[in-house]
Amino acid sequence: MRIPCPHCGARDAQEFTYLGDANPKRPDGMEATEAAMFEYVYQRDNPAGRFRELWYHGAGCHAWLVVTRDTRTHAIEAAEPAKPTKAGAAA
Amino acid sequence: MRYSAFSLLAQTLAGHKGWKPAWRDAAPKPEYDVLVIGGGGHGLATAYYLASQHGISNVAVIEKGYIGSGNVGRNTTIIRSNYLLPGNTPFYEHAMKLWEGLEQDINYNAMVSQRGVLNLYHSDAQRDAYARRGNAMRLAGVDAELLDREQVRAMVPFFNYETGRFPIQGGLLQRRGGSVRHDAVAWGYARAADRRGVDIVQNCEVTGLAIENGRVTGVETSRGPIKAKKIALAVAGNSSRLTAMAGMRLPIESHVLQAFVSEGVKPLIDNVVTYGAGHFYVSQSDKGGLVFGGDIDGYNSYAQRGNLPVIEDVMESAMALWPGVGRLRVLRHWGGIMDMSMDGSPIIDHTPIDGLYLNAGWCYGGFKATPASGWCFAHLIARDEPHPVATAFRLDRFATGRVIDEKGVGAQPNLH
Repeated sequence: MRIPCPHCGARDAQEFTYLGDANPKRPDGMEATEAAMFEYVYQRDNPAGRFRELWYHGAGCHAWLVVTRDTRTHAIEAAEPAKPTKAGAAA
Repeated sequence: MRYSAFSLLAQTLAGHKGWKPAWRDAAPKPEYDVLVIGGGGHGLATAYYLASQHGISNVAVIEKGYIGSGNVGRNTTIIRSNYLLPGNTPFYEHAMKLWEGLEQDINYNAMVSQRGVLNLYHSDAQRDAYARRGNAMRLAGVDAELLDREQVRAMVPFFNYETGRFPIQGGLLQRRGGSVRHDAVAWGYARAADRRGVDIVQNCEVTGLAIENGRVTGVETSRGPIKAKKIALAVAGNSSRLTAMAGMRLPIESHVLQAFVSEGVKPLIDNVVTYGAGHFYVSQSDKGGLVFGGDIDGYNSYAQRGNLPVIEDVMESAMALWPGVGRLRVLRHWGGIMDMSMDGSPIIDHTPIDGLYLNAGWCYGGFKATPASGWCFAHLIARDEPHPVATAFRLDRFATGRVIDEKGVGAQPNLH
Protein backbone atom coordinates (compact mmCIF):
# COMPACT_ATOMS: atom_id res chain seq x y z
CA MET A 1 0.00 0.00 0.00
CA ARG A 2 1.30 3.45 -0.97
CA ILE A 3 0.05 6.62 0.65
CA PRO A 4 0.07 9.81 -1.46
CA CYS A 5 1.63 12.20 1.04
CA PRO A 6 0.77 15.79 0.04
CA HIS A 7 4.30 16.90 0.97
CA CYS A 8 6.48 13.99 -0.13
CA GLY A 9 4.53 12.22 -2.89
CA ALA A 10 3.44 8.60 -2.93
CA ARG A 11 5.38 6.62 -0.32
CA ASP A 12 5.32 3.07 1.01
CA ALA A 13 2.93 2.65 3.96
CA GLN A 14 5.88 1.39 6.03
CA GLU A 15 7.07 5.00 6.34
CA PHE A 16 3.90 5.82 8.25
CA THR A 17 2.42 5.06 11.65
CA TYR A 18 -1.31 4.44 11.96
CA LEU A 19 -3.44 6.02 14.64
CA GLY A 20 -6.97 5.14 13.56
CA ASP A 21 -10.23 7.00 13.13
CA ALA A 22 -9.73 10.72 12.40
CA ASN A 23 -13.23 11.75 13.44
CA PRO A 24 -13.39 11.49 17.26
CA LYS A 25 -12.57 14.74 19.05
CA ARG A 26 -11.24 14.57 22.57
CA PRO A 27 -13.73 16.08 25.02
CA ASP A 28 -12.41 19.14 26.85
CA GLY A 29 -10.49 17.75 29.86
CA MET A 30 -12.04 19.43 32.89
CA GLU A 31 -15.53 19.66 31.41
CA ALA A 32 -15.68 16.14 29.98
CA THR A 33 -18.16 13.68 31.45
CA GLU A 34 -17.12 10.07 32.06
CA ALA A 35 -19.57 8.94 29.41
CA ALA A 36 -18.07 11.29 26.84
CA MET A 37 -14.53 10.14 27.65
CA PHE A 38 -15.63 6.50 27.39
CA GLU A 39 -17.11 7.18 23.95
CA TYR A 40 -13.94 8.93 22.85
CA VAL A 41 -11.44 6.39 24.20
CA TYR A 42 -13.17 3.10 23.46
CA GLN A 43 -16.13 3.26 21.11
CA ARG A 44 -15.57 3.07 17.34
CA ASP A 45 -17.70 3.38 14.21
CA ASN A 46 -15.47 0.82 12.43
CA PRO A 47 -17.13 1.18 9.00
CA ALA A 48 -16.71 -1.21 6.07
CA GLY A 49 -16.05 1.23 3.24
CA ARG A 50 -15.01 4.89 3.18
CA PHE A 51 -12.98 5.74 6.29
CA ARG A 52 -11.10 8.88 7.37
CA GLU A 53 -8.07 7.90 9.40
CA LEU A 54 -4.88 9.42 10.82
CA TRP A 55 -1.40 8.45 9.63
CA TYR A 56 1.90 9.98 10.82
CA HIS A 57 4.66 10.27 8.23
CA GLY A 58 7.53 9.52 10.59
CA ALA A 59 10.07 8.56 7.91
CA GLY A 60 9.20 11.58 5.77
CA CYS A 61 7.84 15.04 6.49
CA HIS A 62 6.74 14.28 10.11
CA ALA A 63 3.25 15.53 9.29
CA TRP A 64 -0.02 14.06 10.51
CA LEU A 65 -2.26 13.20 7.58
CA VAL A 66 -5.94 12.45 7.23
CA VAL A 67 -6.15 9.63 4.72
CA THR A 68 -9.50 8.69 3.18
CA ARG A 69 -9.38 4.98 2.39
CA ASP A 70 -11.83 2.22 1.56
CA THR A 71 -11.44 -0.44 4.26
CA ARG A 72 -12.83 -3.12 1.91
CA THR A 73 -10.30 -2.59 -0.89
CA HIS A 74 -7.48 -0.49 0.68
CA ALA A 75 -7.95 2.00 -2.20
CA ILE A 76 -6.92 5.51 -1.10
CA GLU A 77 -9.08 8.39 -2.24
CA ALA A 78 -7.25 11.31 -0.63
CA ALA A 79 -4.47 12.24 1.80
CA GLU A 80 -4.39 15.73 3.27
CA PRO A 81 -2.68 17.46 6.19
CA ALA A 82 -4.53 16.85 9.45
CA LYS A 83 -4.36 20.56 10.33
CA PRO A 84 -4.36 22.68 7.18
CA THR A 85 -2.18 25.78 7.62
CA LYS A 86 -3.67 29.16 6.75
CA ALA A 87 -2.37 30.84 3.62
CA GLY A 88 0.65 33.00 4.46
CA ALA A 89 1.06 31.55 7.95
CA ALA A 90 4.52 30.51 9.14
CA ALA A 91 5.17 26.81 8.59
CA MET B 1 -25.31 -42.09 10.15
CA ARG B 2 -23.05 -42.41 13.14
CA TYR B 3 -19.37 -42.54 12.17
CA SER B 4 -17.48 -45.53 13.51
CA ALA B 5 -14.95 -48.14 12.49
CA PHE B 6 -17.92 -50.32 11.54
CA SER B 7 -19.55 -47.64 9.34
CA LEU B 8 -16.21 -47.02 7.64
CA LEU B 9 -15.76 -50.74 6.99
CA ALA B 10 -19.31 -51.08 5.69
CA GLN B 11 -18.82 -48.13 3.33
CA THR B 12 -15.50 -49.51 2.17
CA LEU B 13 -17.11 -52.81 1.25
CA ALA B 14 -19.93 -50.92 -0.52
CA GLY B 15 -17.48 -48.85 -2.59
CA HIS B 16 -18.03 -45.62 -0.60
CA LYS B 17 -21.30 -45.02 -2.46
CA GLY B 18 -23.51 -44.62 0.61
CA TRP B 19 -22.02 -41.57 2.37
CA LYS B 20 -24.62 -38.90 3.02
CA PRO B 21 -24.06 -35.12 3.33
CA ALA B 22 -22.90 -34.33 6.85
CA TRP B 23 -25.71 -31.83 7.37
CA ARG B 24 -28.95 -30.80 5.66
CA ASP B 25 -28.79 -27.71 3.45
CA ALA B 26 -31.75 -26.23 5.34
CA ALA B 27 -34.04 -23.46 4.08
CA PRO B 28 -34.91 -20.89 6.73
CA LYS B 29 -38.21 -21.38 8.59
CA PRO B 30 -40.30 -18.27 9.40
CA GLU B 31 -39.55 -18.39 13.14
CA TYR B 32 -37.08 -19.87 15.66
CA ASP B 33 -36.56 -19.80 19.40
CA VAL B 34 -32.93 -18.82 18.90
CA LEU B 35 -31.30 -17.49 15.76
CA VAL B 36 -27.50 -17.61 15.69
CA ILE B 37 -26.02 -15.21 13.16
CA GLY B 38 -22.66 -16.43 11.91
CA GLY B 39 -21.87 -19.99 10.86
CA GLY B 40 -18.27 -20.02 11.99
CA GLY B 41 -16.84 -22.18 14.73
CA HIS B 42 -18.29 -20.09 17.56
CA GLY B 43 -21.78 -19.85 16.05
CA LEU B 44 -21.95 -23.55 15.24
CA ALA B 45 -20.63 -24.53 18.68
CA THR B 46 -23.21 -22.23 20.28
CA ALA B 47 -26.03 -23.89 18.36
CA TYR B 48 -24.73 -27.37 19.18
CA TYR B 49 -24.47 -26.69 22.92
CA LEU B 50 -27.88 -24.97 22.96
CA ALA B 51 -29.29 -28.24 21.69
CA SER B 52 -27.11 -30.71 23.60
CA GLN B 53 -26.76 -28.92 26.96
CA HIS B 54 -29.95 -26.88 27.21
CA GLY B 55 -32.48 -28.80 25.13
CA ILE B 56 -33.16 -25.85 22.85
CA SER B 57 -33.21 -27.27 19.34
CA ASN B 58 -35.59 -24.90 17.53
CA VAL B 59 -32.45 -23.05 16.45
CA ALA B 60 -31.04 -21.84 13.15
CA VAL B 61 -27.50 -20.84 12.32
CA ILE B 62 -27.45 -18.44 9.39
CA GLU B 63 -24.24 -17.85 7.46
CA LYS B 64 -23.75 -15.32 4.68
CA GLY B 65 -21.29 -17.55 2.81
CA TYR B 66 -20.74 -21.26 3.23
CA ILE B 67 -19.73 -23.16 6.37
CA GLY B 68 -15.97 -22.84 6.80
CA SER B 69 -15.53 -19.77 4.60
CA GLY B 70 -14.85 -17.32 7.40
CA ASN B 71 -12.31 -17.15 10.19
CA VAL B 72 -12.79 -20.78 11.23
CA GLY B 73 -11.04 -21.69 7.97
CA ARG B 74 -8.56 -18.80 8.07
CA ASN B 75 -6.69 -19.37 11.33
CA THR B 76 -3.53 -21.30 12.15
CA THR B 77 -5.32 -24.08 14.08
CA ILE B 78 -3.48 -23.65 17.39
CA ILE B 79 -5.07 -24.52 20.73
CA ARG B 80 -3.62 -23.61 24.13
CA SER B 81 -4.66 -22.32 27.54
CA ASN B 82 -1.48 -20.52 28.63
CA TYR B 83 -3.19 -17.40 29.92
CA LEU B 84 -2.23 -15.27 32.88
CA LEU B 85 -5.19 -13.35 34.29
CA PRO B 86 -7.98 -14.68 36.54
CA GLY B 87 -10.63 -13.48 34.06
CA ASN B 88 -9.06 -15.56 31.31
CA THR B 89 -7.38 -18.69 32.68
CA PRO B 90 -10.45 -20.73 33.72
CA PHE B 91 -12.20 -19.91 30.46
CA TYR B 92 -9.38 -21.05 28.18
CA GLU B 93 -8.75 -24.12 30.34
CA HIS B 94 -12.44 -24.96 29.98
CA ALA B 95 -11.91 -24.73 26.21
CA MET B 96 -8.90 -27.04 26.45
CA LYS B 97 -10.88 -29.64 28.39
CA LEU B 98 -13.67 -29.48 25.82
CA TRP B 99 -11.11 -29.95 23.01
CA GLU B 100 -9.84 -33.05 24.79
CA GLY B 101 -13.29 -34.65 24.68
CA LEU B 102 -14.60 -33.04 21.51
CA GLU B 103 -14.26 -35.88 19.05
CA GLN B 104 -16.18 -38.34 21.23
CA ASP B 105 -18.80 -35.70 22.00
CA ILE B 106 -19.57 -34.71 18.41
CA ASN B 107 -18.65 -38.06 16.79
CA TYR B 108 -16.27 -36.41 14.33
CA ASN B 109 -12.54 -36.74 13.77
CA ALA B 110 -11.24 -33.20 14.32
CA MET B 111 -7.63 -34.43 14.51
CA VAL B 112 -7.06 -32.92 17.95
CA SER B 113 -3.29 -33.14 18.36
CA GLN B 114 -1.77 -32.24 21.73
CA ARG B 115 1.71 -31.75 20.36
CA GLY B 116 2.74 -29.06 22.85
CA VAL B 117 2.97 -25.27 22.59
CA LEU B 118 6.41 -23.83 23.34
CA ASN B 119 6.85 -20.08 23.89
CA LEU B 120 10.53 -19.17 23.59
CA TYR B 121 12.18 -16.54 25.79
CA HIS B 122 15.25 -14.54 24.91
CA SER B 123 16.07 -12.40 27.95
CA ASP B 124 16.12 -12.60 31.74
CA ALA B 125 13.09 -10.33 31.95
CA GLN B 126 11.15 -12.48 29.54
CA ARG B 127 12.11 -15.60 31.48
CA ASP B 128 10.77 -14.02 34.66
CA ALA B 129 7.54 -13.06 32.90
CA TYR B 130 7.12 -16.61 31.62
CA ALA B 131 7.94 -18.08 35.03
CA ARG B 132 5.19 -15.90 36.46
CA ARG B 133 2.78 -16.93 33.72
CA GLY B 134 3.65 -20.61 34.23
CA ASN B 135 3.11 -20.29 37.98
CA ALA B 136 -0.24 -18.58 37.43
CA MET B 137 -1.24 -21.39 35.09
CA ARG B 138 -0.24 -24.12 37.54
CA LEU B 139 -2.08 -22.40 40.38
CA ALA B 140 -5.17 -22.50 38.16
CA GLY B 141 -4.68 -26.21 37.48
CA VAL B 142 -3.20 -25.78 33.99
CA ASP B 143 -0.05 -27.63 32.97
CA ALA B 144 3.11 -25.55 32.40
CA GLU B 145 6.84 -26.25 32.40
CA LEU B 146 9.64 -23.72 32.27
CA LEU B 147 12.48 -25.10 30.13
CA ASP B 148 16.07 -23.93 30.00
CA ARG B 149 18.04 -23.56 26.81
CA GLU B 150 19.38 -27.12 26.69
CA GLN B 151 15.92 -28.60 27.27
CA VAL B 152 14.61 -26.49 24.41
CA ARG B 153 17.52 -27.50 22.21
CA ALA B 154 16.77 -31.17 22.86
CA MET B 155 13.19 -30.62 21.64
CA VAL B 156 13.87 -28.39 18.65
CA PRO B 157 17.56 -28.68 17.74
CA PHE B 158 17.40 -26.95 14.37
CA PHE B 159 16.79 -23.35 15.54
CA ASN B 160 19.52 -20.75 15.54
CA TYR B 161 21.06 -20.97 19.03
CA GLU B 162 24.52 -19.64 18.19
CA THR B 163 24.42 -16.45 16.16
CA GLY B 164 20.96 -14.98 16.67
CA ARG B 165 20.46 -11.32 17.48
CA PHE B 166 18.19 -12.51 20.31
CA PRO B 167 19.62 -15.86 21.45
CA ILE B 168 17.14 -18.43 22.75
CA GLN B 169 17.47 -18.82 26.52
CA GLY B 170 14.62 -21.25 27.10
CA GLY B 171 10.88 -21.56 26.83
CA LEU B 172 7.53 -22.03 28.54
CA LEU B 173 5.95 -25.29 27.46
CA GLN B 174 2.32 -26.32 27.69
CA ARG B 175 2.31 -29.97 26.64
CA ARG B 176 -1.49 -30.17 26.42
CA GLY B 177 -1.56 -27.36 23.84
CA GLY B 178 -1.37 -28.24 20.19
CA SER B 179 -3.42 -27.99 17.04
CA VAL B 180 -6.77 -29.11 15.65
CA ARG B 181 -7.95 -29.52 12.07
CA HIS B 182 -9.91 -26.27 11.82
CA ASP B 183 -12.28 -27.16 8.96
CA ALA B 184 -13.20 -30.37 10.76
CA VAL B 185 -14.22 -28.29 13.78
CA ALA B 186 -16.72 -26.38 11.63
CA TRP B 187 -17.94 -29.47 9.82
CA GLY B 188 -18.11 -31.55 12.98
CA TYR B 189 -20.11 -28.97 14.93
CA ALA B 190 -22.39 -28.35 11.93
CA ARG B 191 -23.10 -32.06 11.64
CA ALA B 192 -23.57 -32.56 15.37
CA ALA B 193 -25.93 -29.56 15.62
CA ASP B 194 -27.86 -30.70 12.55
CA ARG B 195 -28.32 -34.16 14.07
CA ARG B 196 -30.03 -32.49 17.04
CA GLY B 197 -32.42 -30.56 14.82
CA VAL B 198 -30.59 -27.27 14.30
CA ASP B 199 -31.08 -25.72 10.86
CA ILE B 200 -27.79 -24.78 9.18
CA VAL B 201 -28.71 -22.11 6.63
CA GLN B 202 -25.95 -21.11 4.22
CA ASN B 203 -25.79 -18.23 1.72
CA CYS B 204 -28.13 -16.19 3.89
CA GLU B 205 -26.86 -12.68 4.65
CA VAL B 206 -28.41 -10.51 7.34
CA THR B 207 -29.44 -7.12 5.94
CA GLY B 208 -31.28 -5.71 8.93
CA LEU B 209 -32.32 -6.30 12.54
CA ALA B 210 -35.96 -5.87 13.53
CA ILE B 211 -36.30 -4.15 16.91
CA GLU B 212 -39.59 -3.20 18.58
CA ASN B 213 -39.79 -1.35 21.92
CA GLY B 214 -36.15 -2.11 22.75
CA ARG B 215 -36.55 -5.80 22.02
CA VAL B 216 -35.23 -7.67 19.03
CA THR B 217 -37.90 -9.60 17.12
CA GLY B 218 -36.16 -10.93 14.04
CA VAL B 219 -33.88 -10.25 11.11
CA GLU B 220 -34.15 -9.27 7.49
CA THR B 221 -32.02 -11.51 5.31
CA SER B 222 -31.20 -12.05 1.66
CA ARG B 223 -33.55 -15.07 1.91
CA GLY B 224 -36.43 -13.21 3.52
CA PRO B 225 -37.39 -12.18 7.05
CA ILE B 226 -36.89 -14.60 9.95
CA LYS B 227 -38.48 -14.09 13.37
CA ALA B 228 -36.75 -15.17 16.56
CA LYS B 229 -37.24 -14.77 20.30
CA LYS B 230 -33.50 -14.51 20.87
CA ILE B 231 -30.79 -13.50 18.43
CA ALA B 232 -27.13 -14.30 19.01
CA LEU B 233 -24.35 -12.54 17.12
CA ALA B 234 -21.19 -14.55 16.48
CA VAL B 235 -19.81 -12.77 13.43
CA ALA B 236 -16.20 -11.99 14.34
CA GLY B 237 -14.75 -9.37 12.05
CA ASN B 238 -18.18 -8.03 11.21
CA SER B 239 -19.54 -7.45 14.73
CA SER B 240 -19.49 -3.66 14.32
CA ARG B 241 -21.46 -3.89 11.08
CA LEU B 242 -24.16 -6.06 12.67
CA THR B 243 -24.52 -4.00 15.84
CA ALA B 244 -24.61 -0.81 13.73
CA MET B 245 -27.90 -2.19 12.37
CA ALA B 246 -29.16 -1.96 15.96
CA GLY B 247 -27.70 1.52 16.44
CA MET B 248 -24.90 0.27 18.70
CA ARG B 249 -21.21 1.12 18.55
CA LEU B 250 -18.65 -1.32 19.96
CA PRO B 251 -15.16 -0.98 21.47
CA ILE B 252 -13.88 -2.89 18.43
CA GLU B 253 -11.87 -2.22 15.29
CA SER B 254 -11.56 -4.72 12.43
CA HIS B 255 -8.01 -5.50 11.32
CA VAL B 256 -6.56 -8.03 8.89
CA LEU B 257 -4.27 -10.81 10.11
CA GLN B 258 -2.28 -12.78 7.57
CA ALA B 259 -1.22 -16.41 7.80
CA PHE B 260 1.02 -18.55 5.65
CA VAL B 261 1.66 -22.12 4.67
CA SER B 262 4.76 -23.54 3.02
CA GLU B 263 5.04 -26.36 0.52
CA GLY B 264 4.64 -29.78 2.14
CA VAL B 265 7.77 -31.40 3.52
CA LYS B 266 8.59 -34.43 5.66
CA PRO B 267 8.03 -34.08 9.41
CA LEU B 268 10.33 -31.30 10.61
CA ILE B 269 8.82 -29.83 13.74
CA ASP B 270 6.69 -31.68 16.29
CA ASN B 271 5.41 -28.76 18.32
CA VAL B 272 3.84 -25.35 18.01
CA VAL B 273 6.63 -22.84 18.66
CA THR B 274 6.34 -19.10 19.21
CA TYR B 275 9.31 -16.78 18.80
CA GLY B 276 9.45 -14.52 21.85
CA ALA B 277 11.73 -11.89 20.33
CA GLY B 278 9.35 -11.08 17.51
CA HIS B 279 5.78 -11.92 16.66
CA PHE B 280 6.12 -15.23 14.84
CA TYR B 281 4.78 -18.73 15.42
CA VAL B 282 5.05 -21.96 13.51
CA SER B 283 3.76 -25.51 13.48
CA GLN B 284 3.57 -28.25 10.88
CA SER B 285 0.26 -29.48 9.55
CA ASP B 286 -0.50 -33.16 9.11
CA LYS B 287 -0.21 -32.61 5.34
CA GLY B 288 3.38 -31.43 5.86
CA GLY B 289 3.13 -27.70 5.27
CA LEU B 290 4.64 -25.34 7.80
CA VAL B 291 1.82 -23.11 9.06
CA PHE B 292 2.99 -19.77 10.39
CA GLY B 293 2.04 -16.17 10.98
CA GLY B 294 2.88 -12.93 12.73
CA ASP B 295 1.42 -9.49 13.38
CA ILE B 296 -1.81 -7.94 12.19
CA ASP B 297 -1.35 -5.42 9.39
CA GLY B 298 -2.32 -2.72 11.89
CA TYR B 299 -4.94 -0.59 10.18
CA ASN B 300 -8.69 -1.02 9.80
CA SER B 301 -9.54 -3.48 7.06
CA TYR B 302 -12.38 -5.66 5.85
CA ALA B 303 -10.40 -6.84 2.81
CA GLN B 304 -9.54 -10.45 3.85
CA ARG B 305 -6.15 -9.89 2.25
CA GLY B 306 -3.01 -8.26 3.55
CA ASN B 307 -0.10 -6.18 2.34
CA LEU B 308 3.58 -6.87 1.79
CA PRO B 309 5.26 -5.15 4.78
CA VAL B 310 3.89 -7.69 7.27
CA ILE B 311 4.85 -10.55 4.97
CA GLU B 312 8.43 -9.28 4.96
CA ASP B 313 8.36 -8.89 8.75
CA VAL B 314 7.09 -12.45 9.24
CA MET B 315 9.72 -13.88 6.90
CA GLU B 316 12.49 -11.95 8.69
CA SER B 317 11.34 -13.36 12.04
CA ALA B 318 11.20 -16.86 10.56
CA MET B 319 14.75 -16.56 9.24
CA ALA B 320 16.05 -15.15 12.52
CA LEU B 321 14.64 -18.08 14.48
CA TRP B 322 15.08 -20.87 11.97
CA PRO B 323 17.43 -20.11 9.06
CA GLY B 324 16.71 -23.50 7.49
CA VAL B 325 13.20 -22.42 6.43
CA GLY B 326 14.79 -20.12 3.85
CA ARG B 327 15.00 -23.16 1.61
CA LEU B 328 11.21 -23.61 1.58
CA ARG B 329 8.71 -21.95 -0.72
CA VAL B 330 5.59 -20.30 0.60
CA LEU B 331 2.68 -22.10 -0.96
CA ARG B 332 0.02 -19.54 -0.12
CA HIS B 333 -0.98 -16.84 2.31
CA TRP B 334 -4.32 -15.36 3.24
CA GLY B 335 -5.95 -12.84 5.53
CA GLY B 336 -8.77 -13.02 8.02
CA ILE B 337 -10.63 -10.10 9.58
CA MET B 338 -10.10 -9.80 13.33
CA ASP B 339 -12.43 -8.18 15.81
CA MET B 340 -9.75 -6.26 17.71
CA SER B 341 -11.26 -5.27 21.05
CA MET B 342 -9.77 -2.41 23.02
CA ASP B 343 -8.23 -4.59 25.76
CA GLY B 344 -7.40 -7.61 23.61
CA SER B 345 -10.01 -9.80 25.33
CA PRO B 346 -13.35 -11.12 24.11
CA ILE B 347 -16.92 -10.09 24.87
CA ILE B 348 -19.67 -12.62 25.70
CA ASP B 349 -22.63 -10.68 27.03
CA HIS B 350 -26.17 -9.37 26.61
CA THR B 351 -26.48 -6.16 24.67
CA PRO B 352 -28.64 -3.31 25.97
CA ILE B 353 -31.29 -4.52 23.49
CA ASP B 354 -33.52 -7.27 24.94
CA GLY B 355 -33.02 -10.63 23.30
CA LEU B 356 -29.86 -9.62 21.47
CA TYR B 357 -26.66 -11.36 22.60
CA LEU B 358 -23.10 -10.61 21.56
CA ASN B 359 -20.09 -12.86 21.12
CA ALA B 360 -17.25 -10.73 19.75
CA GLY B 361 -13.82 -9.22 20.19
CA TRP B 362 -11.73 -12.38 19.92
CA CYS B 363 -8.80 -10.46 18.45
CA TYR B 364 -6.50 -13.05 16.91
CA GLY B 365 -7.21 -15.73 19.49
CA GLY B 366 -10.66 -17.00 18.64
CA PHE B 367 -9.97 -20.46 17.31
CA LYS B 368 -8.57 -21.96 20.51
CA ALA B 369 -11.62 -20.67 22.36
CA THR B 370 -14.21 -22.20 20.01
CA PRO B 371 -15.74 -24.89 22.27
CA ALA B 372 -15.78 -22.79 25.44
CA SER B 373 -17.05 -19.79 23.54
CA GLY B 374 -19.97 -21.82 22.23
CA TRP B 375 -20.51 -23.48 25.62
CA CYS B 376 -20.60 -20.19 27.55
CA PHE B 377 -22.57 -18.31 24.91
CA ALA B 378 -25.20 -21.07 24.85
CA HIS B 379 -25.36 -20.91 28.66
CA LEU B 380 -25.88 -17.15 28.54
CA ILE B 381 -28.58 -17.37 25.87
CA ALA B 382 -30.45 -20.26 27.51
CA ARG B 383 -30.33 -19.04 31.12
CA ASP B 384 -29.82 -15.30 30.76
CA GLU B 385 -26.88 -15.38 33.13
CA PRO B 386 -23.17 -15.64 32.36
CA HIS B 387 -21.38 -18.96 32.68
CA PRO B 388 -19.10 -19.00 35.75
CA VAL B 389 -15.89 -19.12 33.66
CA ALA B 390 -16.95 -16.24 31.39
CA THR B 391 -18.20 -13.69 33.93
CA ALA B 392 -15.37 -11.26 33.17
CA PHE B 393 -16.16 -10.93 29.46
CA ARG B 394 -18.64 -8.10 30.00
CA LEU B 395 -19.51 -5.55 27.35
CA ASP B 396 -19.56 -2.71 29.88
CA ARG B 397 -16.11 -3.45 31.32
CA PHE B 398 -14.54 -0.59 29.34
CA ALA B 399 -16.95 1.92 30.90
CA THR B 400 -16.50 0.49 34.40
CA GLY B 401 -12.73 0.06 34.23
CA ARG B 402 -12.80 -3.74 34.59
CA VAL B 403 -10.77 -4.36 31.43
CA ILE B 404 -8.84 -7.63 31.00
CA ASP B 405 -5.54 -6.35 29.71
CA GLU B 406 -3.81 -9.69 29.14
CA LYS B 407 -0.86 -8.31 27.22
CA GLY B 408 -0.56 -5.01 29.04
CA VAL B 409 -0.48 -2.90 25.91
CA GLY B 410 -3.38 -0.57 26.47
CA ALA B 411 -6.43 0.47 24.60
CA GLN B 412 -5.24 0.51 21.02
CA PRO B 413 -6.08 -2.51 18.91
CA ASN B 414 -3.00 -2.35 16.70
CA LEU B 415 -0.83 -2.89 19.77
CA HIS B 416 -2.24 -6.29 20.69
